Amino acid sequence: MENIIKDIESRFQVSDYVQQRPELAYATVKKELAIALITHLKDIEGFTHFVLLTAVDWLEENKFQLTYILNHPDKKVDLGIRVFIDRANPIMDSAHHLWEQVATYQRELKEMFGIDFPGSPRVDEDFILEGWDDIPPYRRDFDTLQYSRDTYFPREGRSTNDPAEHMKKKLYPDEEK
Amino acid sequence: MKKNKTLWLPDRSKYPEHDSNGKPIVDLQSQKHTKLWQGPNHPGVTGNMSLELTLSGDEIVDAKTHVGYLHRGFEKLMERRTYMQCFPLSIRMCVPEADSNEYVLSTCVEELAGIEIPEAAKWLRTLALEMARLQVLLRVVPGIGATLSLGLGSQWGMYMREQILDRFEELTGGRIYHMYMLPGGVRGHLPDGFKKRMEQNLKDIEQFVANIEDLIFTNSVFKKRTVGRGIIKPEWVSQYGIVGPNARGAGFKRDVRKDYPYLKYSELNFDPYVGKDSDIYTRAQVRKHDLLMTVDLIRQILDKVPTSGDLRAKTPNVLHWEIPKGETYVRSESSRGEYGMYMVSDGSKYPRRVNLRGPSYTHAVALLEKMLINANISDVHAIMVSLQTCPPEIER
Repeated sequence: MENIIKDIESRFQVSDYVQQRPELAYATVKKELAIALITHLKDIEGFTHFVLLTAVDWLEENKFQLTYILNHPDKKVDLGIRVFIDRANPIMDSAHHLWEQVATYQRELKEMFGIDFPGSPRVDEDFILEGWDDIPPYRRDFDTLQYSRDTYFPREGRSTNDPAEHMKKKLYPDEEK
Repeated sequence: MKKNKTLWLPDRSKYPEHDSNGKPIVDLQSQKHTKLWQGPNHPGVTGNMSLELTLSGDEIVDAKTHVGYLHRGFEKLMERRTYMQCFPLSIRMCVPEADSNEYVLSTCVEELAGIEIPEAAKWLRTLALEMARLQVLLRVVPGIGATLSLGLGSQWGMYMREQILDRFEELTGGRIYHMYMLPGGVRGHLPDGFKKRMEQNLKDIEQFVANIEDLIFTNSVFKKRTVGRGIIKPEWVSQYGIVGPNARGAGFKRDVRKDYPYLKYSELNFDPYVGKDSDIYTRAQVRKHDLLMTVDLIRQILDKVPTSGDLRAKTPNVLHWEIPKGETYVRSESSRGEYGMYMVSDGSKYPRRVNLRGPSYTHAVALLEKMLINANISDVHAIMVSLQTCPPEIER
């Protein structure tokens, strides 16, 4: 793994290298070089198994982190490629041409995080949600509770108890007085 | 008279043209094509997902999967819960095999928190994972026959599965959702008499597999409907991220237990079966061999599992447990293949992000859409069940 990292460090300006376990490492690369690096890892280094693509919302830093985990089936190692993109204008180059399955991941990220991958097949089609009319729901600033309150309504006759207050009353009834 | 082979090939001129986005242009008024929705609650479809099929006669010319009928947003909900509160959510990510979820979530937390679990807990976790695989395969192996109207084997399988659920109930207190593995270890030792009762179950299962062999695998109708159908081409394995029994059926020796040994798998003797024809029949055979291999693995584990010793490593008060900053990916081999969890911690007591990589995500969406093209409408169920898809993994 170290040799691979040394090689790609110079070619693709890889930074923040973390060896999580002997067979798993993470590295960060700039958005512009990410797809070239992933292509290099697949075609030259042999990371042919695409494990996953997902996003992390760093709301406070106004960034999205995209993580591509690639696996080398022969060397039995994984490399996680991290890419940080602007949260206000979340657009990333598509990698669907490298693995057919990537289009599905990108379609989900468009729907759940609002990250666009122009040119990716069916990226604008609904994946899981249909008729969604709010901000993408996996963003950190999407308030699930508020959405439920605004969209649905409580059934009549139901009351809500705060579990902490309920247990307090049950366990320490004297403290009430 | 020798049959002209070309007579049996479909007339491609009847197929829909595709627009610039690759979308088929279907004119339903032309009477050439029929649009048929299958699911989301069709008895032959695994779970709540729907297939939008475009047919020319009884041949599928275009297929689209529609998921989302049971989306519960578990990954989002986890971001608002402490690590321990994530467990009741995680086990529901794929209902048939909840233990894989417990394992990957526990291991992610342990790795980020720097916790090493005791030896006995490693053995008991290995046992629980194999028991989970066993109860899934008892349903799945005859289930492939059930999609082709051989329902009897499925009923036998359900009965055998109940026996394993009884053992789970003894070990964990639960039948489906066990919550047996928690960060630091497991919740209990083997109960008295467990090994003896399990051994009887394993013997019964071996007899069950012999009966299934007679009922399904030698059945001429089953063979006609499955041999040479639903083929996964070897080049698709990398393109579609195919893992586990589906990859092994295509000739790829991929098994996380062998390739990335975890828990006690490196101390067990096993060799996963690899097929070569990559059709429905081969995938059913791979799973049958997996079932027998699991029986053998459970015997090996029961011979070695410690009956005393620590079960839990010391952990902080779970209500106020803050996990150090970091990220990790942990995988295990579920009955459907590589089952992984990616977890990011920002140093607080709530996970920043949890993402599940279930094998069904790629098998049931992109791959299935590809495999259904040119298939006959009557083969859809068998193809889908042979991939062993689990929609909750897609919509977790």
